[in-house]
This record gives sequence, structure tokens and C-alpha cells, in this order.
Amino acid sequence: MQFGTHVLQLDVEAETNHIVTLMRQIIQQDFRRRGAVVGLSGGIDSATVLGLAVRAFGAERVLAVMMPEKASSPVSEAYALQLAAKFGVQAIKEDLTAGLEGLGCYARQDEAVRSVFPDYDPAVDKIKLVLPGDLLERGSLNVYSLSLTGADGVEQRRVLPVAAYLQIVAASNMKQRSRMLMLYYHAEQRNYAVIGTANRNEHAQGFFVKYGDGGADIQPIQHLYKTQIYQLAHYLGVTQEIIARTPTTDTYTAECSQEEFYFRLPFEQMDLIWYGLDHDIPAADVAAALQISPQQVEHVYRDLAQKSRSTEYLRAKPLMVR
Amino acid sequence: MEIKERIREFIVENCLFGDTSVDLTDDTALLDTGIIDSTGVIELVLFISENFGLEVPAEDMLPENFNSIARLHAYLEQRVSVS
Repeated sequence: MQFGTHVLQLDVEAETNHIVTLMRQIIQQDFRRRGAVVGLSGGIDSATVLGLAVRAFGAERVLAVMMPEKASSPVSEAYALQLAAKFGVQAIKEDLTAGLEGLGCYARQDEAVRSVFPDYDPAVDKIKLVLPGDLLERGSLNVYSLSLTGADGVEQRRVLPVAAYLQIVAASNMKQRSRMLMLYYHAEQRNYAVIGTANRNEHAQGFFVKYGDGGADIQPIQHLYKTQIYQLAHYLGVTQEIIARTPTTDTYTAECSQEEFYFRLPFEQMDLIWYGLDHDIPAADVAAALQISPQQVEHVYRDLAQKSRSTEYLRAKPLMVR
Repeated sequence: MEIKERIREFIVENCLFGDTSVDLTDDTALLDTGIIDSTGVIELVLFISENFGLEVPAEDMLPENFNSIARLHAYLEQRVSVS
């Protein structure tokens, strides 16, 4: 059979049963925890994980924790609440804004932004980090620009110097790390485990924060491509609003899709190309399936390999030296 | 010092932590071997700006310009001759 999108098609019932069985085995038998805590963001990944957790442990043994901060979209919370209600799961809200202010998260980020845009006013200007959008066409390198949109709606973009880039990322990573510590508070209080929500794309390409959203007891969807998460989400009954929503970072004040921030391609294209790379499929065959050129596929192969290589540190466990 | 040597010295110092045992030829693939990652590219852009007075626009940050010392040298020569 010709290479095509069918390679990513799951038997969703079998996959769900497989994951749920392993979740029960690992959490209950191996870890001796009595239930699960899921950080519910209002996005597709955590929604799918919540559905899996409910199937594994029952709604009464699952806690959903929403952890917005001042840059979060209000719609995220609304979608999360709607989903928790549908699944019959208790949902609690922990607003992290005050804690992040105490840690200096926003002040440190603002300082770095002002080193690039001296007139930046966080009260009115909206910012986001973006990568070039021409990966397919030109294979450009992963060099971040800072986008600032003023109150007048005019957007400016400047390539980020190293120091500003590192400081903005280090400051914003406090958000994911604060979420991890809050999840563990609720998990330990109930003798539950923390269920991670990283998918294959995020894990393998390094789109996660070490000891932040990467910090969990189990990662039940880490082996699945993003397009496969959508298949599971449909099967598990995730609400249509979440399924239809464009995946965002929900980290910076300007609306920013995950495609703009990191992946640089629509998931439908990226997953198939990635599958091709994972399975040594010739670029020409992948190109034919997507109706693009082999050179464009090679651009993505190179980008995926580069991201995977440069983020090995994020996936590494603490190494013992002796 | 020749341009290529200045680039090589910068890469050895900043990306290889001073390790001179690495066989860094003019044609060594800097990106494909992981000697330079995306952070290294931005550092190189700053180095070029400070040492050669050239601002590298975002649209020129391509593998064909950055993947080896020889390519970087060719890019710089081309930019200098244009400007």
C-alpha cells in the first residue's frame, strides 16, 4: 500500500484499553497511588488525558486542576470547566499570578523584553515569541523573534539576542514549574499520582519545560503523534470546543499558536513527515503523499533531527557521576 | 587574522568550550553535527555584527549560510561585496 495518512490511523478502542490498563497497573499496583491529578489547561492534550484517567480510575478518583495566570486566555478556563463537568470530575482552580509575581516571573520577563523594545509597556502591549514560518519553503533556522503588538494593533518583530531570549524563556518557564509544584501538592494531599500530558511531538522535539510540564509520574500519551491525540479525543468524548481550538502556548500575552512558537508546520503535515523520518521512508514517498517536493520534506527532516538533538538535555534524567 | 580563522576561533571558544581536539575543517557540517545549535546561530550573528559590522537579516539565517565555516565565509564575502 502507498505511504499515506492511513499510517497514523489508530484503533482508538484498542489504544484506549491499552493505555488505561497500563495506567492502572503503574499508578495503582506499582506506585500504590489511589487516583490521579491532571493539570487541565483547556487544550486537547490535557483533555484527552483527563478522559483516559477517568476511564482508568473512575471520575471520583480523578482531580482536575486549572492553573491560570494573568497571561492565560479566559476561554481556556471556560473550556476546562465545561469538560470537567462533562466527565463528572471535580475541578479546582489555582490562580498562579500572585505566586509568579512573588517569584519575579513577570518583572524578569519584562526586563528582557525592554532590552529589545525599550518602550514596552506590559499593561497595553502584547508579546509572543515566534519562529520563521517558512520551514517548508526555505528550511530556515530556528531563530526566535520577539513579536510586540501595541495598543494600536501594529506588530513589530525583532530577532532576539541570546541574552534576552534566554531570560524570557527562563522567566516564562516559571509558569510551568509552578504548575508542577501545585499539581504535586494536590497529588500528595490525596495520595494520588500526577498524570503528565506531553504528546510525542512535544517530548521528542523538546517542546516542554524540564521539571515543569515534563515533571509527572506517568506520561500516557507521550508515544502518540498529535493527530493521533485528536483521534483519541473524539473517541473519549472531549468537547467539540476543545477539539476545534487551535493549539496555543497560552504562555505569552499575545495569542500564539504552537505552530508559530515551535513546530512551524500544521500537525497534519508534520506528523506524516515525522512518521516518515521515524520509519526511514524516502522523502520522495512522503512528498508524494503530501503533494509537496522532496526538498521540502528534507527541510523538515533536518529541522526535526536538529530539534531532537539540541533538546536531549531536556529529556535526560539526572545523571550519577561516579 | 583571516576571516575563516576568526570564525573558527569563535566557534572553538564558544561552541566547543575551547576543545581544540575536534577536527574543525572549513567544510565540517556545523549544524548537522550539532556543533552549532539555534542559540549558537544567534551568538554567531552577534559575533558577525560586532566583528565585521554586518547585520544578518532573519531571512539569511539559512543552513546554506551557516552550516560550515566555508559557507559562512562565502556568505560574508558576498554580503561585503554587495554592501
